[in-house]
Amino acid sequence: MTTVAVKPATMAQALTRAMRDAMAADPTVHVMGEDVGTLGGVFRVTDGLAKEFGEDRCTDTPLAEAGILGTAVGMAMYGLRPVVEMQFDAFAYPAFEQLVSHVSRMRNRTRGRMPLPITVRIPYGGGIGGVEHHSDSSEAYYMATPGLHVVTPATVADAYGLLRQAIASDDPVVFLEPKRLYWSKDSWNPEQPTQVEPISRAVVRRTGRSATLITYGPSLPVCLEAAEAAQAEGWDLEVVDLRSLVPFDDDTVCASVRRTGRAVVVHESTGFGGPGGEIAARVTERCFHHLEAPVLRVAGFDLPYPPPMLERHHLPGVDRILDAVARLQWEAEG
Amino acid sequence: MTVLEQRGAYRPSPPPAWQPRMDAAPLLPDAEPYRVLGTEAAGKADPGLLRRLYAELVRGRRYNTQATALTKQGRLAVYPSSTGQEACEIAAALALEERDWLFPSYRDTLAVVARGVDPAEALTLLRGDWHSGYDPYAHRVAPLSTPLATQLPHAVGLAHAARLKGDDVVALAMVGDGGTSEGDFHEALNFAAVWQAPVVFLVQNNGFAISVPLAKQTAAPSLAHKAVGYGMPGRLVDGNDAAAVHEVLSDAVRHARAGGGPTLVEAVTYRVDAHTNADDATRYRGEDEIAAWRAHDPIELLERELTARGLLDDAGVEAARQDAETMAAALRERMNRDPELNPMDLFDHVYAETTSQLREQRALLRAELEAEQEQYGEPGGPEGGAR
Repeated sequence: MTTVAVKPATMAQALTRAMRDAMAADPTVHVMGEDVGTLGGVFRVTDGLAKEFGEDRCTDTPLAEAGILGTAVGMAMYGLRPVVEMQFDAFAYPAFEQLVSHVSRMRNRTRGRMPLPITVRIPYGGGIGGVEHHSDSSEAYYMATPGLHVVTPATVADAYGLLRQAIASDDPVVFLEPKRLYWSKDSWNPEQPTQVEPISRAVVRRTGRSATLITYGPSLPVCLEAAEAAQAEGWDLEVVDLRSLVPFDDDTVCASVRRTGRAVVVHESTGFGGPGGEIAARVTERCFHHLEAPVLRVAGFDLPYPPPMLERHHLPGVDRILDAVARLQWEAEG
Repeated sequence: MTVLEQRGAYRPSPPPAWQPRMDAAPLLPDAEPYRVLGTEAAGKADPGLLRRLYAELVRGRRYNTQATALTKQGRLAVYPSSTGQEACEIAAALALEERDWLFPSYRDTLAVVARGVDPAEALTLLRGDWHSGYDPYAHRVAPLSTPLATQLPHAVGLAHAARLKGDDVVALAMVGDGGTSEGDFHEALNFAAVWQAPVVFLVQNNGFAISVPLAKQTAAPSLAHKAVGYGMPGRLVDGNDAAAVHEVLSDAVRHARAGGGPTLVEAVTYRVDAHTNADDATRYRGEDEIAAWRAHDPIELLERELTARGLLDDAGVEAARQDAETMAAALRERMNRDPELNPMDLFDHVYAETTSQLREQRALLRAELEAEQEQYGEPGGPEGGAR
C-alpha cells in the first residue's frame, strides 16, 4: 500500500541514503574506495557523500583493493567504522587475503578485544551485460569464511535497512549488492525509512502451500515471477528471501519447508560448491521427515561466468525454475 | 578538401608542461648504512640511552635463547628467533612514545616485550594456546602478524585514522626483507605516502627469507631505495648498531609526528639462528658467513662503546646478565606451567553475538567433553576442562 508521500525510489538511492544517514548519525562512519568521492562511484551509489561530509569522510583511495581493506582494518582498530566499496565482485579478489586472514579473524584472535566493524560493499552478480570480471557471484567464498556476516538485499527497503544494520554491526559484514537490481524501483519513503529487525533473519516474500523457493538477492524477482507463472500449472509456491547467508536463518527456512514439503534453492552462483549445496544439506538434515522430494538446486552452470551475449543461458530463469518444480515428485512414479 | 589538406589545418603543439612532482634526490638513502657506534657520532649519543639499550639488548638476547630452549623442550610450538637482530627489535620499541602504536611481524616478539607486553603473554601465539595473548590496546601493540606484510596497511590505516581524529599518534610497522616482495608492502607504502600518514616502516634486512637470499628477492639497489618510488625518504642503517637504529627511527618518528609523512628505514642485519627450530640453515648458508656477522654482534658493539667511554664495567655487565637471568627464570617458570585451556572458548569470540549454528556446535563439543569426563573421571578428559 502506498501513500501520497511515498515515491518510487531505486535500490541505489536507498543504499546512498543508508550511508548518508549512517554518516550523519555517527561521525566514525567513513566511506572509502575507488571513485567513491568526486565521481560518486561507478554506480553512483556514493553520490553526494563527499560533497556533504568532505573528502576525509568519503575518500577516493589509490586503486588497490588489498590496500583499501587493509587500511580500513587499521582505521577500525582505531575506532572508526569504515564502509569500503569494492568496485565490482571480481575486483574484490585482491582484498581476499585481508578479508580472510585478518578482517574475519581479528575479534577471535584477540578474544573479543579488537572487533573490526567494517562493512565491505560489493556489487555482485550478472545480468547487466558486463564483460568478463564484472558479473561474478562470489558469495560462496565469503560464506566459507567464519567470522564474516554475508548479507544481500533484494528489495529497495531492505537495501536501506540491511545496510544501516551492517554499518551498525560490531562485526565485519560482506554486503553484496545485486547490481542488476540497482535501478529496480519500489515505493519507499526515504523520509521514514524502516530498519530491518535483526540483520540475520530471512523473510517469506510470498506465501504458498505447494513448494518453497529458497533464494536471495538478484534471483528474488525471478523466483517471484516463477511463482506467478506456476499458478497456471496449479502450483502455489512460497518464496523465501534469505537476506542473510551468514548467519543462516534455519528457523524461517525450515518452517517454510516443513509447511510445503518441497524445496528448490535458486541462485546465480555456480551449483558445485555453491551456497545451494549447503542450504540443501541443512534443509535435508532438519526437515527430512517433512520432505516429499529431494531438495533441488537451480544455479549457474559450473563454468566461468559467460560473456554478456551468452549470459541469459547461464542465469537461472523462470523456465528452469519451473522445470525444477516439475521434478519435485508430484506423483508416485509408476 | 582532401584528407591530407584537412590534416594540414591541424597544428601540433608541444604537450602541456610536465614537471617532476618533487625532487627525488633528498629521498635517496645514503650510500652506506648509517653507523654511530665506533664513529665520531657516538660521542654525541646520550649515555643514559646507551645504557638502557645495552640492558634491553642483553635481556632480548636471553629471551631469544630461553624461548628457543623452551621450544626444544616442547613448551612452544615454534619460535622464530631474532638472535642477532636485537638492536632493531629494541630500538623499534624504544623509538616510540607510549601513545604510539607498534605493528610487529611474527619474528618481533622482542619488540613487543620491550614495549611493555608481558613476556609470557607475548608467546601465546607461539605456544599455541591462542592466536594472540595480549590486549592490543593495553600497550598499543597489534597482534603478531604471520601473513607477511599484511600488517603494514593496518599501520597506515591506524595512523591515518589517528590523524583524522587530530590525535598525536605515530605507527611503526615492522617487516622483513622477504616481506618487501609482497603486494601489501607496496600498497601500504603507496597509501601512506598519498595520505601522508604518520607511519614509519622498518625493514629488517636479515639476509634471508627462510632460505632465499636477498639477491633472489629483489634487484633494487637497496630496499631503502624503494621509498623513492613512493615519494618518501628512504634511510639505510646498520641494523646491528643499536644507537644508529634508535637515532634513525627516532628521527623518522619525529618527522612523522611533525606532519612530514612516512619514512622507509632499511636496517641491515643478520638472522644468526635458523628461520625457526624447524629449519635447517646448513642447507643454504655457510659457517663463515655466520661467523662474519657474529663478529659484528649488536651487544658486543654496544659493550665496546660503553666500556671505552667508561660507562660500563664488569659489575655493570654482571648486573645486566643477572637481570636477564631473572627474566629468563620467570619466563621458564611461567611457560613450564601448562596453560589453562577451555575448549568452549573456541566458540565465544567468532562473532559479537553467537549464531544458532555455533550454539549447536558448542553444545556438541560440550557433550563430548562431558562424555570424556565420565569415561576418564577427570574434568574434560585428557584434552582439558570445560566450563
